[in-house]
Amino acid sequence: MKPTSIRSVILASSVGTLIEWYDFYIFGSLATVIAGQFFPNTNPTAALLSTLATFAAGFIVRPFGALVFGRLGDLIGRKYTFMLTLIIMGGSTFAIGLIPSYESIGVFAPIIILLLRLFQGLALGGEYGGAATYVAEHAPADRRGYFTSWIQTTATLGLFLSLGIILITRHSLDSDLSTSISKFNDWGWRIPFLVSIVLVGVSIYIRLKMKESPLFAKLKNEGKTSVNPLKESFAHKGNLKMVLLALFGATMGQGVVWYTGQFYAQSFIENVCKIDFEQSRTILIWAILFATPFFVVFGKWSDKVGRKWIMLTGMFLAIVTYRPLFDQLFSISDTTNKKELITRKEINTKLIPISNTGNTLRTVTSTRHYQEGIRLIEVKSDTLYAEPGKVSLNPDIKTSKLLNDEDYRMMIIIVFVMILYVTMVYGPIAAFLVELFPTKIRYTSMSLPYHIGNGVFGGLTPFIATLLTTIYTGDKLVGLYYPIVIAAVCLVIGILYVSNKIDPNVND
Amino acid sequence: MNAIKRFAGILWIILGPVAIFYLIKTAAEEIAKKPVIDTKIQWIVFVVIFIPIAIGLMIFGWYALKNEYHHLPESSKDVED
Repeated sequence: MKPTSIRSVILASSVGTLIEWYDFYIFGSLATVIAGQFFPNTNPTAALLSTLATFAAGFIVRPFGALVFGRLGDLIGRKYTFMLTLIIMGGSTFAIGLIPSYESIGVFAPIIILLLRLFQGLALGGEYGGAATYVAEHAPADRRGYFTSWIQTTATLGLFLSLGIILITRHSLDSDLSTSISKFNDWGWRIPFLVSIVLVGVSIYIRLKMKESPLFAKLKNEGKTSVNPLKESFAHKGNLKMVLLALFGATMGQGVVWYTGQFYAQSFIENVCKIDFEQSRTILIWAILFATPFFVVFGKWSDKVGRKWIMLTGMFLAIVTYRPLFDQLFSISDTTNKKELITRKEINTKLIPISNTGNTLRTVTSTRHYQEGIRLIEVKSDTLYAEPGKVSLNPDIKTSKLLNDEDYRMMIIIVFVMILYVTMVYGPIAAFLVELFPTKIRYTSMSLPYHIGNGVFGGLTPFIATLLTTIYTGDKLVGLYYPIVIAAVCLVIGILYVSNKIDPNVND
Repeated sequence: MNAIKRFAGILWIILGPVAIFYLIKTAAEEIAKKPVIDTKIQWIVFVVIFIPIAIGLMIFGWYALKNEYHHLPESSKDVED
């Protein structure tokens, strides 16, 4: 195949997959804002739908999407199937940006959002397997890892793009930052959703020009495509054992390393370390930017040394270093052992009358400075009642910390190291999965273990890790036992059962 | 190496029911501690999606015990049986 043609294949596949990840992540990144607009706590049905939207789309629907679209991809072809997933994802995302709020249409708003979110989960479940298969089936055997690694960059770049567009939009709606943020929370959050339609349009245009995968087209011409891909994938022992091996010996560990490095790390920095909203996001953005090229580096390297040991080394490093790395993140932000510069403490009080009540909203912002340059900002809001003797029982207190440049850079380095592990486990995995299964059931067979590994084991990482910290409150790092144990089991299974051999022929 | 693979198969078979037991026990305790709809949904989702996976791990262990991973397929024909 000509270099320009393979570049077009990679571009068409990668851009579309990137957009799908972007679409999927903006919902998660804007979860708090969306909850305020569509899922008010005061309505129990809406709150229930909110929980369903969070859990169902990410973890239950994705494997179903893998089955539905995987089957379709093995029956009608890769090109049209991953075109369909792109249209469903883009259409759902754009529609989320248009749905009137709960205040306007009541409970219909959260119901529609839930449905659209389910469509997003289904589409994502079908996209990745198609894109990876499509690229791999165009690639020569000695460059399969390299070519498919471009697909592997898209999940991280999708997150990068979503964080970037959200931050830019949040800052651009007014010259005054607090007014801009207020506008963003009110209506500006819709912009990242609406922008998606342009990105999807461009991607569809590029993909329309592409031809069907040559291997699938050949099978189709010869009448050798699968009649029942689901049955052949999961009811035949010979293939089922490889599906199980892919899940327990590779994707399960890869999923938890992926989500710990990119999502739990950010959640830990923001919620446990209490680092400022924007600093916590820009730390992740910089780390992603520096680490992303390594997907391609490890993908390419896997063509020379095999996929297995690169992935398993990434898992091993994650297992042995997660606790010290997260401990270091916590130490950097911990102010209990730092010396406060008492004389520099600032306290600002704002009083805003609440109309027609006689009451006043009091906001006290106190800023503590520490010798190491870190600042601790505490914003306490309560109501001063006109009625004598009545006081606020539960003042709202928000704490955030602003790091100095050196600590900020150190956090970027730590998160970079964690994302480097992600690039090791994730860079070669598309080629690894493609090589495990035959062409006629490849889309179905590789999609399911990938989405159980990523969507279920990986996607649940932030929830289970946070849950563990609420059950075992004595250890702030207890949440890490979930990814560590899962990755350790996967590592053992991978060492024992996975082969390091590169399949020279995926045409069969 | 082959003996280790088979022996480890027993471990994976045992790990499945242990995981299911621990999951259901924790779910019951957590729901009893905080019986609100969010907690119930979260734990029901965990139980519903992890039980089939645990069964999958047991099947994987069974295949390992039966020496199915001694020789991995060389071509697609090998997985079509």
